Amino acid sequence: MSATSINIEVCRPAGIPIHTLLIKRWDFWLVLVAIILSLPILVVFGSLFSPEVEIWKHLYETVLFEYIVNSLLLMTGVGALALITGVIPAWLVTMYRFPGSQVLEWALLLPLAMPAYITAYTYTGIFDIAGPVQTGLRNITGWQYRDYWFPDIRSPGGAIFILSSVLYPYVYLLARAAFIEQSICVLEVARTLGCNSIRAFFKIALPLARPSIIAGLSLVLMETLADYGTVQYFGIATFTTGIFRTWFGLGNSAAAAQLSALMMLFVMLLILLEHRSRHRQRYHHTSTRYSTLLQKKLLPGPAITAAIICSIPVVVGFLVPFGFLLQWAWQTYPHVVDTSFFDLVAHSVLLAGVSALLALFLALFMASGKRLYPSPPASLSIRFAGMGYAIPGTVIAVGVMLPFAWVDNTVDLWLRSAFGISSGLLLSGTLFVLIFAYLVRFLAVSLNTVEAALARIKPSIDEAGRCAGYHSLTLLRKVHIPMMRGSLLTAVLLVFVDVLKELPATLILRPFNFNTLAVRTFELANEERLADAACSALAIVLAGIIPVILISNTISRSRPGHDHRT
Amino acid sequence: MYKSIFFLILFILQSNLFASEVNKHPEAKETLEADRQLGEVNIYSARKEALIKPLLDIFTEKTGIPVNLVTGDADELIQRLEAEGRNTPADLLLTVDVARLHRAKQNGLLQTVSSDILEQVVPDEYRDPEGYWYGLSLRSRVIVYAPDRVKPEELSSYGSYEGLAEPVWKGRLCVRSSSNPYNQSLVAAMMENDGKENTEKWARGLVSNFARSPKGGDRDQITAVAAGQCDVALVNTYYLAGMLHSSQEEERALAKKVRLFWPNQSGRGAHVNVSGAGVIKTAAHVTEAVKLLEFMVSAEAQAWYAEQNNEYPVRQGIRVSDTLSQWGDFKADTLNLGVLGKHNAEAINLMDRVGWK
Repeated sequence: MSATSINIEVCRPAGIPIHTLLIKRWDFWLVLVAIILSLPILVVFGSLFSPEVEIWKHLYETVLFEYIVNSLLLMTGVGALALITGVIPAWLVTMYRFPGSQVLEWALLLPLAMPAYITAYTYTGIFDIAGPVQTGLRNITGWQYRDYWFPDIRSPGGAIFILSSVLYPYVYLLARAAFIEQSICVLEVARTLGCNSIRAFFKIALPLARPSIIAGLSLVLMETLADYGTVQYFGIATFTTGIFRTWFGLGNSAAAAQLSALMMLFVMLLILLEHRSRHRQRYHHTSTRYSTLLQKKLLPGPAITAAIICSIPVVVGFLVPFGFLLQWAWQTYPHVVDTSFFDLVAHSVLLAGVSALLALFLALFMASGKRLYPSPPASLSIRFAGMGYAIPGTVIAVGVMLPFAWVDNTVDLWLRSAFGISSGLLLSGTLFVLIFAYLVRFLAVSLNTVEAALARIKPSIDEAGRCAGYHSLTLLRKVHIPMMRGSLLTAVLLVFVDVLKELPATLILRPFNFNTLAVRTFELANEERLADAACSALAIVLAGIIPVILISNTISRSRPGHDHRT
Repeated sequence: MYKSIFFLILFILQSNLFASEVNKHPEAKETLEADRQLGEVNIYSARKEALIKPLLDIFTEKTGIPVNLVTGDADELIQRLEAEGRNTPADLLLTVDVARLHRAKQNGLLQTVSSDILEQVVPDEYRDPEGYWYGLSLRSRVIVYAPDRVKPEELSSYGSYEGLAEPVWKGRLCVRSSSNPYNQSLVAAMMENDGKENTEKWARGLVSNFARSPKGGDRDQITAVAAGQCDVALVNTYYLAGMLHSSQEEERALAKKVRLFWPNQSGRGAHVNVSGAGVIKTAAHVTEAVKLLEFMVSAEAQAWYAEQNNEYPVRQGIRVSDTLSQWGDFKADTLNLGVLGKHNAEAINLMDRVGWK
């Protein structure tokens, strides 16, 4: 370690060139931005200092244990299932050729476009007592309801099934990006040392892809923890439903915020444990030689098995619910789709686009800052700014609303007393606040992706860049960004699709007369008018699919050295 | 290079986004001057857009008063009102459950308004005694049952809220989660009518009769009765009516398999809840807001509610929809609805204790 730092000193060109203010105080700006983005989370944490003893006693005596058990159960189940359905297909489509593998490459991402609660509603429609499956069964056999056993979709097991079927693409996406960016040389060396392909996967590829897979998995877990729509509909009492109950039913926002704060502490603990378990291992590639990734053509037997394994997640997570939505939309579109419907589409796409780009910019800024100017405050503030993903959207929304409203009202009060004019609410109730809330909630998505990509770039490349006289921004622009193009696009896509689906914060923070597809879908689905909700749900899915396919192509082409060789 | 393109895109997108908003509301620019002459009403509504917007459009057409709408969950809207404080643009809060109106009043967000029309049309029990809020439409929480599995004498002896806790219904009852405001208000009403201890005992009996752990919405409970998972369920009237009028044939077929039973008709009457509204304390457009409230209880608007969403009008002498008239007249509990809000938190604690999920 000490040797490298001495090297840097030696390499640094004599006489510091005139940097921009940004570069010179990058670490300062980083902490500042992180603190602003952490404000809503700090508001939530701040609640811990005024404990609501009465309510906690009640919760402890009645429902708290159940919240904890159910949340842990869901996280374990969804995490395990998402790992299996994410990593294995990612490996298969990257390394092998089999019938349909090129289609599956991007099709495996499609469930990402499905809002979880919509999938939950559709599967309930299919498998519930009055759904086609059970009704058919009763008609064929002549049984009555109580004569047979049928798994209940609205159970913890069902929720694990639904959530992992829509969330596994996070693992798939990041795992695949990692597999594609890996150096084939390492695998070839493994071969020559006598590893068969399965051993090479477990001993080499999987450990090397670990930062990416963990990044994907932590997104899955955070999203599971923050899910409200599905668990609420399935009647499963988790931390999130508990927060809503305490807040809305009991009208106690302080206790609700305390529950969320506890939940966040738990997530922090998980992240910390993961970091610890990595010890001082490094994950960047040690070889700069990238030979073309030769996909092995499988024999018919294994090929069909691989095709089936990779198709299951697509069918379950996308085709089935999509088919039902399509059928419902076909019935209802004449009275649902009018001119205002296209306003909804425009609103959704614009909000998602702006937020996704801003989130990428912030993630690049923070992750690079942490890499180039590492310091404990920088790491800590980044960790904090990325916490928003694990918090239910409603809690974030309130965390955003309170400080903004406070600023607005303070400015107004000051103007009134000083000049006798009223500014009213300047920012509250505008799209600015809404986009800010999206950033707080989804920054983790782009941050995790960018950080994982940066971790795979060797520090010696930075040093070489420094030696070539690049300052930090140039290094970022000329070296880092081109090297992680695929991951950056992934980051944009993920946030875009997430914002497209986002509901609670949109609902509570949006301005007058402003609706999005998600809001419309929810309002109708919540009235249990699923067929009427199908058109807007379908529009969310379609708007999400196009970028999914585009980005999937980019990732395929993102292999280092690819451009020069073909 | 990347960065400049990036900023360019950002700039274009952003200016588009905000420009589109301004263009859509040219009046927003001159709000201050326009306020005085034209007037507008800003509504925070817990009633979903589809069930309120058409009515607001009629109002605007008739009076020339533009209406701006944000919909959302009542509690979240209340939170927003509290955060925005005295600068909130909202003039009117509309909810679909009386407990939330009570909470808004309790938290000092509403002001009293008096209007001859409102006081004349809205019966005493459906409005706040001091005029903080007024009920606009009624819904009752009733029993639906499967006629092939429930004997008439079971209904005549145990067809009340209290009766549903009797062992005769063991494993036969479906109710949705206690997180639902309608259930909270029902339990709050029971606490007022039967006392707290009796209500807790009752809730214990009710939970022990559940055919399944609570899940889904009211339509799901009706579906479960139709499919045979349970024999009776507690639901709001308009959900059953909505299913009977569904655009989907399967849903209509399911709804036709169940019947409605009015509970507690020989006693205090069926539990009733209101959708209603109150004027915000700091409202800039009180006159316009009251005008809108008066319009909402007009014969035309009341008929619209009854026809479109199968709710019962608060106004006397309005023709209800065919479905509603087919269910006949019923005796409603005359308990003043203000008390429901008072007991809301206690009701939830009670339901937590008895294990009503």
